[in-house]
Amino acid sequence: MGKKIKITVNGQPVEVEKGTSILDAANQIGVIIPTLCYHKDLCVAGNCRVCVVEVVGQKRLAPACATPCEDGMDILTNTHKVRNSRKHIIELLLSEHNADCTSCYKNGNCELQLLASEYKIMSQDFIHLVPFRNYTIDDFSPSIIKDDSKCIRCQRCVRTCAELQSVNALTMAHKGEYAMITTFFEKSMNDVICTNCGQCVNHCPTGALVEKNYIEEVWSAISDKDKYVVIQTAPAVRVGLGEELGFDPGSRSTGKMVAALKRLGFDSVMDTDFTADLTIMEEGTELLTRLKKALAENDKTVKFPMTTSCSPGWIKFIEHLYPEFLDHLSSCKSPQQMFGALVKTYYAKARKLDPAKIVSVSVMPCTAKKFEAARPEMHDSGYRDVDYVLTTRELAIMIKQAGIDFKKLDDMHFDRLMGESTGAGVIFGATGGVMEAALRTAYELVTGREVPFENLDITPVRGMEGVREAKIKIENPLKEWSFLDGVELKCAVAHGLTNVKYMMDKVRAGKADYHFIEFMACPGGCLGGGGQPIPTSPEIRQRRAEAIYAEDAGMPFRKSHENPEIIKIYKDFLGHPLSEMSHHLLHTKYTARGM
Amino acid sequence: MKPITELVKDLADRHGRERRNLLPILQGVVEQEKYLSEFSMIEIARELNIPVTEVYGTATFYSFLECKKMGKYIIRICKTITCSMKGEKQILLAIEDMLKIKVGETTQDGKFTLLETNCLGFCHKAPAMLINNEVYTELTPEKIREILTGYLNDKIIGGEHVN
Repeated sequence: MGKKIKITVNGQPVEVEKGTSILDAANQIGVIIPTLCYHKDLCVAGNCRVCVVEVVGQKRLAPACATPCEDGMDILTNTHKVRNSRKHIIELLLSEHNADCTSCYKNGNCELQLLASEYKIMSQDFIHLVPFRNYTIDDFSPSIIKDDSKCIRCQRCVRTCAELQSVNALTMAHKGEYAMITTFFEKSMNDVICTNCGQCVNHCPTGALVEKNYIEEVWSAISDKDKYVVIQTAPAVRVGLGEELGFDPGSRSTGKMVAALKRLGFDSVMDTDFTADLTIMEEGTELLTRLKKALAENDKTVKFPMTTSCSPGWIKFIEHLYPEFLDHLSSCKSPQQMFGALVKTYYAKARKLDPAKIVSVSVMPCTAKKFEAARPEMHDSGYRDVDYVLTTRELAIMIKQAGIDFKKLDDMHFDRLMGESTGAGVIFGATGGVMEAALRTAYELVTGREVPFENLDITPVRGMEGVREAKIKIENPLKEWSFLDGVELKCAVAHGLTNVKYMMDKVRAGKADYHFIEFMACPGGCLGGGGQPIPTSPEIRQRRAEAIYAEDAGMPFRKSHENPEIIKIYKDFLGHPLSEMSHHLLHTKYTARGM
Repeated sequence: MKPITELVKDLADRHGRERRNLLPILQGVVEQEKYLSEFSMIEIARELNIPVTEVYGTATFYSFLECKKMGKYIIRICKTITCSMKGEKQILLAIEDMLKIKVGETTQDGKFTLLETNCLGFCHKAPAMLINNEVYTELTPEKIREILTGYLNDKIIGGEHVN
């Protein structure tokens, strides 16, 4: 605990710890100070100046986000000088901003627009500079659109890409009036080391960085009577969607989401959680097969640690930066792509549908999924496995466009065949979830007993710590797994690419003696994904995680191998995990990519 | 001329491999190559183990670190107010006329690149220009023809060497 100091904000006394910023101190007593470049996930930049306040006795205004409180400070946040300065600052930002709000994707969800509306910027005292500049729009990426004319150079995206993700796709380049946020040699984001994770999109206060949306394409498919439109919903969407539609963070809206999707006109509403369970069956078996090869058959070519492969941001990250470790990756496709491959084969056959007429849509908390769906190898069904990927935000837009009063919807259930899931599938949406789900199944497969954790909650792999470890000792395994007797299964979890990088550097240095590592590109896992509602902050991620685990606890089945539809698909179609059919439809290869 | 990979390695050996050693390494590459290519920036990033975007961001910030291919002789003519009042325009015309290039361009033979620069600190001897590291002051169109004819034959005449 630091030293306590006393200050006053607008005459109101407040006691704070030394080092607290003026912004946080004011927030403590309900005084709101506007911000733009400030974000709770990121280091303080103090470059937009919107948060200026008056410190009595000082001539110059101080940025509240970047000024620590000092004992006895007397702060005024609502004086004539402060209001006028903020207004001028917003006007100056607007003079360099393409404020064609009605035709902007972020219309209604733009922090700059909100500020302009709060401060009622009615006149334009400064010359509007946008028409004199030669701005470009980069829309070559299947995931992200970057429009420099809307950029206010707050550098949230640059800090996000560097601090949270260690990808550094974006940088500040040039100087003065030519300063811009750009990539290496101003290339398209599609041509540089970018994981498409969309964290920059989630952190951008304006419309400068947005997801590439496929809303119209999906509407067209729905209204085409010749097409059979199937949608799958990722685990993290059900704990995020409500935030866009009037619920508080951490609300679970699974049933309402299904009802809304049916009202939107999707012919079948099914669940990515089903293929999450399937991933566990395939990936768990793959892990055990690797262990068998290494321990029982003494095969030196087997690579450990084996790592998960469900996060497409992580996949592109390793393909660019650690290509020599590609054979550590599980060969399993992500649940989205497994679902896509099955819907045009297994599902089409069972429902007697022509796969050519099926349009496969997914709703994901993720922008990298858009890139993943467009990967050329993802055509194992004979068609493009997933035709369109929507983010949680895009789905919310569609629900609003359709005039659906989300709050009044009655809960509905997913459709059968690929709609049943277990708690293990649900927790894929949180960091540590894949690991927990895999352990629940693998341990039971090997020993015939449930994992030795109360209520199946493997708490060591839960939480928001950037890197976490867990060890499970295998005792008295079934006969066929006797070589695992006494083996301590070492696992690790890392989320947010900065933590992933830390762990991969350990692997590269030979200092990571784990058997299995779960990697998620986004902080908090998918629930903090780049396609989730804006804002996403540490507290909001925490709330969504609690919702995910509550959802898990309430499920009738908690282990992937108990899912009746999983049992059915192996019986009717796939045979067994890692069968030839599985290899054809559910597994993939990776591509080493350059710098 | 050293191959770039080797040059970058030597510069890193000399200056160090910390983030703060980036600038002297960039300068070292520019000294030999006249500019920073994509390849050289990737090599520097690799050698220092920093992101390429950070190298690019730093390189584009500084006026004398060029990121486009430059001619053998880079002419930088001062565009600031004193030189401008003392006939910078006429000097520029004389150069453009003689070399058949505009500001920002490089001659076909790759010998000259013409750029504008901010104040060189020679206001008292305006108009002024730089050719690589030589300063030329109190310029007249006649002087320009004389100086550039020299450079065309790879003879550096007049000028005052600065670093």
